[in-house]
Parts: sequence; structure tokens; C-alpha cells
Amino acid sequence: MNDDEAVAALGDPVRRDLYRFVVGQGRPVGRGEAAEAVGVQRTLAAFHLDKLVDAGLLETGFQRLTERTGPGSGRPAKVYHRAKGEHQVSLPPRDYRLMAGLLADTVERLGGEETAEAVARDAGERARTDDPVGALERRGYEPYEDGGVVHLRNCPFHMLADEQPVLVCAMNLALCQGLAGPGYEVRLDPRPGECCVTLSKINEI
Amino acid sequence: MHLAELNVARLLAPLDAPQLASFVAALDPVNAMAEAAPGFLWRLKDEVAPTVRHDYGDDLLINCSVWESREALWNFTYRTSHLAFLQRRREWFSRMAEPFMVMWWVPPGSFPTAAQAMARLERLRAEGPGPEAFTFRSFYELPAEAEVSG
Repeated sequence: MNDDEAVAALGDPVRRDLYRFVVGQGRPVGRGEAAEAVGVQRTLAAFHLDKLVDAGLLETGFQRLTERTGPGSGRPAKVYHRAKGEHQVSLPPRDYRLMAGLLADTVERLGGEETAEAVARDAGERARTDDPVGALERRGYEPYEDGGVVHLRNCPFHMLADEQPVLVCAMNLALCQGLAGPGYEVRLDPRPGECCVTLSKINEI
Repeated sequence: MHLAELNVARLLAPLDAPQLASFVAALDPVNAMAEAAPGFLWRLKDEVAPTVRHDYGDDLLINCSVWESREALWNFTYRTSHLAFLQRRREWFSRMAEPFMVMWWVPPGSFPTAAQAMARLERLRAEGPGPEAFTFRSFYELPAEAEVSG
């Protein structure tokens, strides 16, 4: 399935709500839970969830959704989570990703990592707001809180960070630090499958 | 098959110089973190020295390890606090124009010597990435069974 077909699969509002709910959980989600969350019948939710799988936007697995095991606990249920692939539609066609990759390689070849971090920090400072978590949300980082620390479920620069992790993750950290300002401790806390930056509010004394 | 990797770094100063103190202090914790990382299998260790001793020059630092998969090595390298040390590399190491990391597949239970690992790096530098010596960005998946036996 190509990118515009994948995106077109989100044209239906119920399907869009289901997609948003599933990816917002950061864990596999069952049909019943998704149906309840968006307020539709389970069979309708199942239909749309499978359409999202066909479109390459979600992937499925099987998992027991109850604590019970052994006889009588039932078959593992079908669960859904966000697909690994990414889709990008630009009309007319644009390819900023390729150029960004070339520029990242250029920075490395020139030894310009510190300058790149300073540039990213400046860009973050220019965009600074009183609500950095909201700003990160709007930029696609998908923030969520865990024990007073804000983690970022999605790396908006994923493909680039895959090619040039040391440079791109350092620039992203500087960008987030600039954006959040002195009221937040913004640190590197890399973990598989997520953005490597976390934020915590510094309590004013 | 398992994934072997070698990475080298050229020190800006001797290991006992003040400039390298923060690097030397990180050696034990980072090595411990590697050994505890999911998918870690083995690393080349010196019995007495904190770093691997070899015949390639006193300023060259050698790291060689074996992992279960590309993902395991990737997650340790870039998805643990090891990343923070990588970002400080310019404080301790000089810039290298040539590739400084190489990977290759090894049979389970087979662990490379420093000389074997350095030969892989030389191969990558001379011939570019190929199935016998490659990098994260030019990765070579395991050949299919038929190709192995053929």
C-alpha cells in the first residue's frame, strides 16, 4: 500500500478516532477496549481496526487480556498497535528527509556538531512557551507522564535519528532544552522505541 | 549467527592525563552496562588493564564485542546512557576521517581476536561495506541458508 492510500484510510472519522486511541496508549489494545473508548459497537470497531491493518497503519498480535490462565481462560485476544512503517504525503512532492540526511552527514564531516546543537537550542528558545509539554504535543512528540517525569512516546525525527543517532539525538536534546527553558530539567534518557529526551519540572524554592 | 563489532578511537591524550579522567571514570560503569544489556554475549577484555592492550599504537583504543542481533547492539549503543558518552567523544578522541566501527557475522561461540577484528576494519576501510565487513548504515543481513551451504 502506498503512502496516500494509507493516509486515505484515515478519512473515516470513526477509523481516525480508533487510530488515535490505539497509538495514544503506547501498548497493544484489544477490540473491546478500543470500541468502548470511541463509543462504537465492538463489531464495527473490529471492522475499522482491520481496515487500518490492511492500510499498514496498525499491526496485530495476540495476547491474553485477562489475568486468568489455564483452562477456561479463553483464547488470546487479537490486539492492535501502531505499525513500524511511516507514511508521508506531500502535494506537490517534497523530499526534505533526503536533504536533511545529507545536511546531517555534512555537519559530521565538517565536525560541526557543537554548532548544530547551538542552532537547535536557539530554534527551541525562539519557540519557547509557558507550556512546553503542549508545544511538544503539537510537534508530534506524544508526551505522557510517568511518575512525575514527562516521556516522549514518538521521535519526530525517527528516520534521521536512525541514520545519525549521535548528532540528531544531541540536536533534539538541545532543541527541547531551548523550548522548555530553565523551569524544566530536560535530560537524555534513551530507551528503545521512544524519543530519548525526558522533562521534569523543577520545583521553585 | 551472532553479530561481532569492533570500534576504535584515537585518544587525544594518554589515559592518565587529566583530560581523559572523565572517560576513564566511565569505563567500568559503561562496561558493566554493556554486559548487563539484553543480547550482550561477549567482549574482548584485558586481564589486568582497564582497556584492551594491543600492537596498534598506544593512542588507539579498541572495543570489540559480540551480540545476539543488530537490534541488541543498536539498543545498547544508542538507546542507553551510553549515548551520552558518545556525544562527549570530541572531549576525549580525535576525529577520524576513516570508518571507526565495523561489524560482521560470527558463528555462535566464536569470539574474534584483536587482530582478526582489526583485519575486518582494514577490509571495510579498503573495500567499503560488504557482507564480510559492514556498518549500521550499510548493514548486511545474514545470507540465506542456501547461500551458506552452497
